[in-house]
Order: sequence, then structure tokens, then C-alpha cells
Amino acid sequence: MIRTFGFPELLFILDGAKWTVLMSLAAFLFGGLLGLLVALARTSKIRPARFLALCYIQLFQGTPLLIQLFIVYFGLPIIGIRVELWLALITGLSLHASGFLAEIWRGSIQAVPEGQTEAARALGLGYISRMRDVVLPQAFRISLPATVGFMVNLVKGTALAALLGLTELTRAGQLMSNITFEPLKVYATVGLVYFAICLPLTLVSSRLERRLNARG
Amino acid sequence: MSQTTIHMNDVNKWFGTMHVLRDINLTVNKGEHLVLCGPSGSGKSTLIRCINALEEIQGGTIEVNGNVLGKKGANVDHVRRDVGMVFQQFNLFPHLTVLQNCMLAPRRIHRISEAEAKDKAMHFLEQVHIAEHGHKYPAQLSGGQQQRVAIARALCMGPQIMLFDEPTSALDPEMVKEVLDTMVGLADQGITMICVTHEMGFARAVAHRVIFMDRGEIIETAPPTEFFGNPQHERTRAFLSQILNH
Ligand SMILES: Nc1ncnc2c1ncn2[C@@H]1O[C@H](COP(=O)(O)OP(=O)(O)OP(=O)(O)O)[C@@H](O)[C@H]1O
Ligand SMILES: [Mg+2]
Repeated sequence: MIRTFGFPELLFILDGAKWTVLMSLAAFLFGGLLGLLVALARTSKIRPARFLALCYIQLFQGTPLLIQLFIVYFGLPIIGIRVELWLALITGLSLHASGFLAEIWRGSIQAVPEGQTEAARALGLGYISRMRDVVLPQAFRISLPATVGFMVNLVKGTALAALLGLTELTRAGQLMSNITFEPLKVYATVGLVYFAICLPLTLVSSRLERRLNARG
Repeated sequence: MSQTTIHMNDVNKWFGTMHVLRDINLTVNKGEHLVLCGPSGSGKSTLIRCINALEEIQGGTIEVNGNVLGKKGANVDHVRRDVGMVFQQFNLFPHLTVLQNCMLAPRRIHRISEAEAKDKAMHFLEQVHIAEHGHKYPAQLSGGQQQRVAIARALCMGPQIMLFDEPTSALDPEMVKEVLDTMVGLADQGITMICVTHEMGFARAVAHRVIFMDRGEIIETAPPTEFFGNPQHERTRAFLSQILNH
């Protein structure tokens, strides 16, 4: 039975988009937290911590996201952890994001002039305050374009979840295309939804950038 | 004016294989004002940076207000709380306003309330005549204004000792005076000061002793009248003729 592309089909696609948004948000959140720790390790004075962080970053930058997702999905049960597909996907995406964000932030932290840390040390501020109050706010500003660029890519990267069987946005589009035989309409809709998800990211970031730059 | 506040004893420092401080012995009394001069690369910055442990030393000891530095990391926090530092490049925090620059360390370290930190910041910003710019960001200020903010920021921690590393040499000539005047005012209040500078007028007016360094060694120490009027060492004379004749 051939269906036409109507409201129920659109709802189905939006239901898929729900997963895309959820996975992206979770990966930003957990990947961001983990990535920050790795970036701090990568820039720390402790040599083994720097080395481990380097290995971590290389591992995730040097392998395809799809392979990382497969390994997490099929690997977790082997070490005795049974998880739902979506949880495995969020884990995989978060690990992936942490590796990339760590590298972006490592560069940004190191781009903050040494004099800033020195002035903070001379004032007697300890490591935590130096990072939280002095270095990271400046690194954040430096990293903003690259961070947002990565986030936009990550949103689109969640489409790989379709290959593991999750009906997210792209997969939902595929299914609707198969039953309506209106691929152009369907995929144009899917594209628009991706666009709508990514647009706030770039809007917020350019506004933030303008505000931070206004400080001269 | 006889109580010792800084005591450097046979201090040696290397950067890799480069010996940058050689057997430095220096005693500074409370309330004393020292000016440190010497050719580029002679180790002036390194010497004062050792006093607040921005650099580690490899030999000897440094005692600041009874706290001994030397062994890795020992007493660093205590010492830094007694010692304020002003840098050539100001090093204000560009993402914070002038007021926030001054309030950060007292809030984090002395854990005082926001209102108290603000009062204190305003007090010292007034002292350096810049209180009306408290809400601005550093990039909106001139170099001389930024350096005065940096001085106020250090003072907010209530240091007993102030270190200055060429505080006026990154400034346009017309701004040098406002910063030097601020420092003279500070000296008049009796704070202990060590100042790396080639502003010889300042040295004559404020210094109790002028120290000449060359290649990591203290070559000569004398009160300014003697130092400028009758330098004992050939290297001091050569240096003075260079900087006084340009
Ligand atoms: N972090 C560092 N690593 C390696 N060498 C350094 C470092 N800092 C300074 N040096 C070297 O140590 C020596 C002393 O440097 P220092 O900055 O103390 O000299 P200075 O007397 O302050 O010179 P200037 O008048 O140019 O500021 C110089 O030869 C310098 O190149
Ligand atoms: Mg120097």
C-alpha cells in the first residue's frame, strides 16, 4: 500500500528527530564534561596524565565514529554490561565527542597567554581558581567557533545510529521514503529538520561571540 | 628599619644548562626600597620571580617573612600572599572588569564577601586614581591606566612586599610618569619594594639601595648617591654610561 506524504508521516519523522536531539544533547553534556577533564589532563604538569590524555585523544580522532559506535555496542555486553541500544549510542557518541572537544580545548587553553597564569599565581590563586576564573573563560571564547562547528557535525553524525538500527531522524526519513515513494519531499523535510536543530547552535554562538568581542 | 623580610642565601638557578643566577646573597629589610638594574639577560626578572616562587631555584634558600622557599613547593602559598607582583605587560585578566580584576583574589583566597571585596577594590583603585573606570574592561584603558589597575589589584591582597618587573618599559613615554608617581606614592607608605627598572630618576628619588646585576651575579650594591656618583666596578660604570647617555 502506497501512502502519501502527509501529517502522520511528518510526525513519524519528528519522532525520529526526538532521538537525534536527545542523543546530541547527551553527547554534548557527557562528552563536554569528559572532554574538559581530558583537556585539563593534557595541559597538566603531570607527565603521565598528559601522555594518557594524548593516547585518548589520538584513539578517538584516529578511528571512524561508526566503528567506535559498533565497538561500544558490541563490546559492552562482552564486559558484562547489557545496555539498551540508545544508551550504547549515547555512550559511544559521548566518548567520541570527548576526544574531539578535548583536543579543541587543549589548543584553546594553551592559546591563553602564559602571563595570565603567572599573574594568577602571583596573586596566590590555586590551580582550581586559576582554571575556573582565569584560563577557562578565556579559552572558552577562543574555542567557541571550533566547538560549535564540532557540535553541528556531531548532530549530523548521529545519523550513523541508523546503521545500528535506531530510528532517528535519517532512518525515519528512509522508512517514510520507502512507503511513500516520495523521496525528494521526504528527504527535503529531513534536511530542514536537521537545519532547524543546528540553527540555534550557530545563532547562539555568533551572538555570544559578538558579546564577548564587545569587551575589546 | 632593621627587620629582615627577604633573605636570599647562596641562591643558584639554571635554565637547562644556562646558569642564570649565581650565588645570590641578598637581605632586604622591612620597608626598604631596592632598585635592580643591569643589562638585558642578566637575570633581574628571574631573581625577583624567585622571590614569589614563579621560578624554582636549584640551590640555596630564600626566606620571605620567615617562610623558607627552596624545597619544591614548600610554603609557596604563604609567600605569595605576602608578596604582590606587577609585570611589564600588566597581565590584567581581559575577560574581567577592572573591579572584578581587583576582587577576584581577595574573594577566592581571603574568602571575604562581595561587598567587602568591592570596598577594598574601590579603596585601592582610588589610591591609584582610577576608580571611575572600575566598570570597564582592561582593553578599554590606556597602558598607563592598565598598569595602575595592576598595581591596585596586587595591593588588594594586602602584600607587605611589592615586586615590580620593568613596570614602565611597555608604556608610551607620556604614560610613564603616572605609573612612576603611583609607585612613589606607594614607597612613601613604607611598603617593601623591589623594582627592576632603568628609570634612574625613580631610583634616585625612592631607592635606599641600587643593585647592579650582570650575567647572573650581583656586581654592586650601593645607595643611589654612591651608585650613580661613584660606581666601584668597571662593569657598573660601563652600564651606567650606556643607559644615561642614550
Ligand atoms: N623560561 C626560561 N627558559 C629558558 N631560559 C630563560 C627563561 N627565562 C629566562 N631565561 C634566560 O635566563 C636569562 C636571564 O633572563 P631574565 O629574564 O632574568 O633577564 P633580565 O635581566 O630580566 O633581562 P631583560 O632586561 O631582557 O628583561 C636570559 O639569558 C634568558 O634568556
Ligand atoms: Mg626581565
